[in-house]
Amino acid sequence: MDLPVLNASPAASAAQSGGGCDSHSCGSSDDQLGHLPEHIRAKVHNHPCYSEQAHHYFARMHVAVAPACNIQCHYCNRKYDCSNESRPGVVSEVLTPAQAVKKVMAVAANIPQMTVLGIAGPGDPLANPERTFETFRELSEKAPDIKLCVSTNGLTLPESVEELCKHNIDHVTITINCVDPDVGAKIYPWVFWKNKRVTGREGAAILIEQQQKGLEMLTARGILVKVNSVMIPGINDEHLVEVSKVVKAKGAFLHNVMPLIAEPEHGTFYGLMGQPGPTHEELQKLQDACAGDMNMMRHCRQCRADAVGMLGEDRGQEFTLDKIEAMEIDYPAAMVKRAEVHAQIERELEIKDLARAAKAELVAIQGGKQSAPKTRPVLMAVATKGGGVINEHFGHAGEFLIYEASEFGVRFIGHRKTIPYCEGGDTCGDGESALDVTIRELAGCEVVLCSKVGYEPWGPLEAAGIQPNGEHAMEAIEDAVLAVYAEMGAAGKLDARPVAQQKAA
Amino acid sequence: MAFEIIETCVNCYACEPLCPNQAIYQASPHFLIDPEKCTECIGDYMDAQCSSICPIEGAILDELGRELNPPGSLTGISPAMLAQYQAAVEATYQAALAAKSP
Ligand code: SF4
Ligand code: SF4
Ligand code: SF4
Repeated sequence: MDLPVLNASPAASAAQSGGGCDSHSCGSSDDQLGHLPEHIRAKVHNHPCYSEQAHHYFARMHVAVAPACNIQCHYCNRKYDCSNESRPGVVSEVLTPAQAVKKVMAVAANIPQMTVLGIAGPGDPLANPERTFETFRELSEKAPDIKLCVSTNGLTLPESVEELCKHNIDHVTITINCVDPDVGAKIYPWVFWKNKRVTGREGAAILIEQQQKGLEMLTARGILVKVNSVMIPGINDEHLVEVSKVVKAKGAFLHNVMPLIAEPEHGTFYGLMGQPGPTHEELQKLQDACAGDMNMMRHCRQCRADAVGMLGEDRGQEFTLDKIEAMEIDYPAAMVKRAEVHAQIERELEIKDLARAAKAELVAIQGGKQSAPKTRPVLMAVATKGGGVINEHFGHAGEFLIYEASEFGVRFIGHRKTIPYCEGGDTCGDGESALDVTIRELAGCEVVLCSKVGYEPWGPLEAAGIQPNGEHAMEAIEDAVLAVYAEMGAAGKLDARPVAQQKAA
Repeated sequence: MAFEIIETCVNCYACEPLCPNQAIYQASPHFLIDPEKCTECIGDYMDAQCSSICPIEGAILDELGRELNPPGSLTGISPAMLAQYQAAVEATYQAALAAKSP
């Protein structure tokens, strides 16, 4: 498949990142991409959804053109968006294919970092084949520098493979929650199949068969397949280790385990039944268990079906239909500018890769790893706006990136969303309950790194066993995390459990 | 002999392309069935198509005005379960009100 790859020499830079990347300094990309064959790595290198490194620099967007769905999941309320890919309980404005194309071009012209367009809902894209494919068809023609991707529950995937291959789709995401119909019967009450509603185990069996067939057909055609799973404690949590093995054997290149989000107010079956989602710790444990079998992706942020922007941000409000209508877009000119911006980012990433490689070599020569004493791993939360540096105020952060520092280096663990403690102003006056949410979300972290942190939240954070730290503003995240870890080591804080251990949420 | 889509429809488009008679059309505030065209799928399918894919319980009625997908039949959320939740919400709300007024 001939992909409109944006970087000047993807293979070269991918090779560099591979060469320089060892477990010391960039656990994240090593963790996720290091073991992939070269042709796949070249494709996902600098893909904001797949490369942990690139998602600091590049942006993605989704358009909501696909409202219909052909199955029911127990974690979904069909009055809202598909919760396979997006946060439950939000409604995206459904666009016609023509409106969607216009929106994508407007965003691409205004946010040159935008490289990937996804269709993920608000229902199932392949249950809306005309709308989905019409959008792809026009975009491949009018904006050939944008990568296209699609997510699906997989039910009609086999019959869509042929059409998908026509549109330069570089990857497909399938949500696979089980490979056992008995487990499936507890997740999917029905599927619509061959002009009938099929319920229970029988329906789940059909869905599973179609998902697996679709996965095999796509990988046979050389299309990248990512598998998403929703972790539902007590229903499929243990089973997902098996799912991971099966989908890897069939050629999926990444497996992404997402936590179930179920609240009664979402009006879903699980929400009303009081089915709990996993704790951060349970999720990480399962992700680690699955990672033994395949590459895990930890930075998926379950964006909404109409999300626009970088790193958990959503700039969708700047691109509402009436605003787009008023925009004049000179796409050929925008494409030139986009190419320049992408090349610039490429260069920056390359320099970082080289710096990493040099540092790793130095550590290897000094034999730092062997002589290091046994220390316990520590989770740290980081507030960032992107660019791979600590550049966000504590109070403005709508999400934190979680890193684990250990004697083996730094690795990226995931995202935790929260409510910004204060919406502007440097003093951060009253934001009591938002702070409580943040403290709960950061459970398990011992340090929070940000460019600045106000006086008010300092005390409560410390009391919760989370040390606020604003001393590494504008520093590269991994360097800062390592530096703080070293300080903790020097202060003798890494031998035992921390004193003020927080209560598990 | 015709089905009817009522106001609980969430405009998901799922039913529209399936109708063998193009009886379903987009309208505001929700999709509608043209009673002149709807045959209840008789002669085309064993099961009526619109009510077989519609995810919303109660959104489509048969010719006698009965819900084709009654409460609990699609989501597994029984009316009792929903009532229980609503009662809990109401109780919390009342408690909050009582706490506010001296
Ligand atoms: S596939 Fe998506 S839209 Fe369909 S029921 Fe499941 S979560 Fe909802
Ligand atoms: S019952 Fe059949 S014919 Fe009537 S509106 Fe529904 S799909 Fe169309
Ligand atoms: S399937 Fe049901 S909810 Fe969706 S548009 Fe048709 S009647 Fe409305």
